[in-house]
Amino acid sequence: MRVLTHLERLEAESIHIFREVVAEAENPVMLYSVGKDSSVMLHLARKAFHPAPVPFPMLHVASGWDFRDLIAHRDRTVREYGLKLIVAQNEEAEAQGINPFDTGSALYSQAQLTDPLKRALTQHGFDAAFGGGRRDEEKARAKERIFSFRNAAHRWDPKNQRPELWNLYNAKKNKGESIRVFPLSNWTELDIWQYIALEKIDIVPLYFAKPRPTVERDGLIIVVDDERFRLAPGEEPVMRSVRFRTLGCYPLTGATPSEAREMNAIIQEMLLATSSERQGRAIDKGQSASMEDKKQEGYF
Amino acid sequence: MHTPSSFEVDALVAEDIEAYLEAHQHKSLLRFITCGSVDDGKSTLIGRLLYDSKMIFEDQLAALEADSKRHGTQGEAIDFALLVDGLAAEREQGITIDVAYRFFTTAKRKFIVADTPGHEQYTRNMVTGASTADLAVILVDARKGVLRQTRRHSYLVHLLGIRHVVLAVNKMDLVDYDEATFAAILADYRAFAESIGIGAFTAIPISGFLGDNITTPSPNTPWYAGPSLIDHLETVELDATAAQARPFRMPVQWVNRPNLDFRGFAGQIASGTIRPGDKVRIVPSGKTSTIARIVTFDGDLDEAVAGQSVTLTLADEVDCSRGDMIAAADDPPQASDQFRATLVWMDEEALKPGRGYWLKLGTQMVTATIQPPEYEIDVNTLEHLAAKTLGLNAIGVVEFATDRPIVFEPYATARELGGFILIDKFTNATVAAGMIAFSLRRAENIHWQPVSITREDHARMKNQTPRVLWFTGLSGSGKSTIANEVEKQLFLMNRHTFLLDGDNVRHGLNRDLGFTEADRIENIRRVGEVAKLMADAGLIVLTAFISPFRAERQMVREMLPPGEFIEIFIDTPLAVAEARDVKGLYKKAREGKLKNFTGIDSPYEPPENPEIRVNTLEMSPEEAARYIIERILPLK
Repeated sequence: MRVLTHLERLEAESIHIFREVVAEAENPVMLYSVGKDSSVMLHLARKAFHPAPVPFPMLHVASGWDFRDLIAHRDRTVREYGLKLIVAQNEEAEAQGINPFDTGSALYSQAQLTDPLKRALTQHGFDAAFGGGRRDEEKARAKERIFSFRNAAHRWDPKNQRPELWNLYNAKKNKGESIRVFPLSNWTELDIWQYIALEKIDIVPLYFAKPRPTVERDGLIIVVDDERFRLAPGEEPVMRSVRFRTLGCYPLTGATPSEAREMNAIIQEMLLATSSERQGRAIDKGQSASMEDKKQEGYF
Repeated sequence: MHTPSSFEVDALVAEDIEAYLEAHQHKSLLRFITCGSVDDGKSTLIGRLLYDSKMIFEDQLAALEADSKRHGTQGEAIDFALLVDGLAAEREQGITIDVAYRFFTTAKRKFIVADTPGHEQYTRNMVTGASTADLAVILVDARKGVLRQTRRHSYLVHLLGIRHVVLAVNKMDLVDYDEATFAAILADYRAFAESIGIGAFTAIPISGFLGDNITTPSPNTPWYAGPSLIDHLETVELDATAAQARPFRMPVQWVNRPNLDFRGFAGQIASGTIRPGDKVRIVPSGKTSTIARIVTFDGDLDEAVAGQSVTLTLADEVDCSRGDMIAAADDPPQASDQFRATLVWMDEEALKPGRGYWLKLGTQMVTATIQPPEYEIDVNTLEHLAAKTLGLNAIGVVEFATDRPIVFEPYATARELGGFILIDKFTNATVAAGMIAFSLRRAENIHWQPVSITREDHARMKNQTPRVLWFTGLSGSGKSTIANEVEKQLFLMNRHTFLLDGDNVRHGLNRDLGFTEADRIENIRRVGEVAKLMADAGLIVLTAFISPFRAERQMVREMLPPGEFIEIFIDTPLAVAEARDVKGLYKKAREGKLKNFTGIDSPYEPPENPEIRVNTLEMSPEEAARYIIERILPLK
């Protein structure tokens, strides 16, 4: 008897999920944030359909305030694997005066992330969207289904989710309705890192420590990624060795002081860490059930 | 609080991360479910496991401490239960009402815990959580012993085929770690477990609140020589490993055909092992071939085992697609189209016997028609109750038929090949979970009569395309009158037709049926079957039935080849039909002399997209007939 390791079981389950969706949905898409979870998801999708190419496009919701390294990594990955990329962006944000400095976090994420995402899903008629959400991330996600049903307005109704038994997923839906699918539901942050190391998955260099120009804002260390960042009069960015545990809009994403320049050091740091992953995201601050509210509105 | 020795040791992470990762990489995965209510300390136990395994970060701990003061039930102490509470509304009520999944890891294994509520009204949640579990921890409060809910949980766990049962006698600290109390509960539970067929189980005295016998043997229970909870969880055999000993089966999920040179069958292996050169049989077709390659992204494999997702190529060009199964050639599974099964109903809307539901089993999707239940099972007393239907959270034994044979194994043999879900064809909700007990006959023994004259031959001889013109509408809307007129005109055009009318069918074929919802469904099913046979004979069939439910009209539509079913909605407002009241029925219904009358005390679901809609306020019956014929003739 050969006992499969937990990573082998998780991988097999995720592949199964990808194939079920492609077999049953008409027009799937993968939400590609270019982060580490997305990178694992893409790797699993390539495995699921090998030797065929990945049979669905990648959808990246860009805010215009993305890290430059992230965009470069995205474009390189898309080129290397021959993927189809769709970029969703709120083109009017600047005209509407929406920016990460002046706009409140709720309105900002609505205007820059949730709305463009919903628009793109509707516009392309996608009926299934893969997302990288994990159940270990946050309390509200612990109860999320793997196939999460959304109505025609992309809203999530926590009281009306379909029971999920065995490995049987119900992908039936009416016109206009869609399903968010989370192939990484049962992975933990440690699993993700370990899998990246084991499979040698290429990730955005921002996850590795290096000296970067930083300032402090509201207790977060912010990397000054381009000249649009608003500095206080006389303020000079300070070089610090930092890395990121999570990637969002650069003016809103807190960096962690770190010397971890290679994979094992990152995992070591993570295991010894004393704060959970989403703490670096300004968007998640507020009452602890706020993620649930955002999900009901259509955010991941 | 003690530091558990079997849990991960920070020191190793700090000193030798590579050794740690190497060890972690080879861990296996156990999924288990915890059963019990808030009172039994279930959430506290899970919170304790997460806490002891360092799955709680400092910010979460800070939030937890704050929450404990605000909502907690443990005074100033940390209330672990708050850790595993989920949705905001539930947190207010102080109970969990869904299935939540938690993760923790020890030195030997990774664990996924399904945390579900214990109350009877949440049976469906518990069944959901149990469906993927290898093991169940059944919690009892040492002060209360085996309760009604303990029996219910144990029955459900056994029903769902969980092979490993742990009886965790919790709150031992509150009974002074008394051995006799533990022994009495153990004896009590053993008697019950044997009566429902649970052969072996492991009983452990614990305190989730203080940590006794959770990770290490507790000095407070010197009389207990068995393993701690974690020790036990780390060593039980996994279902996936046990499945390797059974014959090879892989449901085909997806055919991988990137170009003309490659044709692979993708799926997750349900049982057994496979190697290139192995003889396999495709079921249900029965064709045999040989495995050529086991293809993966990481290169071809020499062997693959149950649980792995792979792509198989075959040595021969044989038909094989999604829904088929690739199985060991000398030991294939059966196929059948009639079954006995246990159903757990999960929807607010009760089972409608006779109605067609989607049934998904493995990668197969068919239409299933469920008979009225043989009986319902009282989950507390396990008594068999008479039942006409199954409501939310009810469990019952039923017989059902599928519209084509499906490949299966009894649930007791293989959960993946005997467990299925039912999906409502209109709401698309998952309405039930089912477990096949056995097939009522072997479909492979039924041989279709060899038909040498095909339905196409019949149609060709009549020089027409068969159709079923399905008239639907309220009583008195004009269905029969218009259908009669359409048939007359078609007859004059030398078409071969037949009119099935509510009255002529109700006096013969369906005279055993009344007007309850179930009888109405059966009425339409039979009419549909007759219409289908007549269409097979090449006829243009006209039917005039109220047929109030969309689901049944859809069922008939699906019996026929695409395009042959023409739904004609005779759209007459209720007020107009009632004013006409040709047969005086509305008057009787209004007076309460006629029950279940459509439009009065029984609903009519109008078609959403009928092929033809006739507005009787604007057209005479003759005009309506011409209007309909103009629309069907081009279809020839």
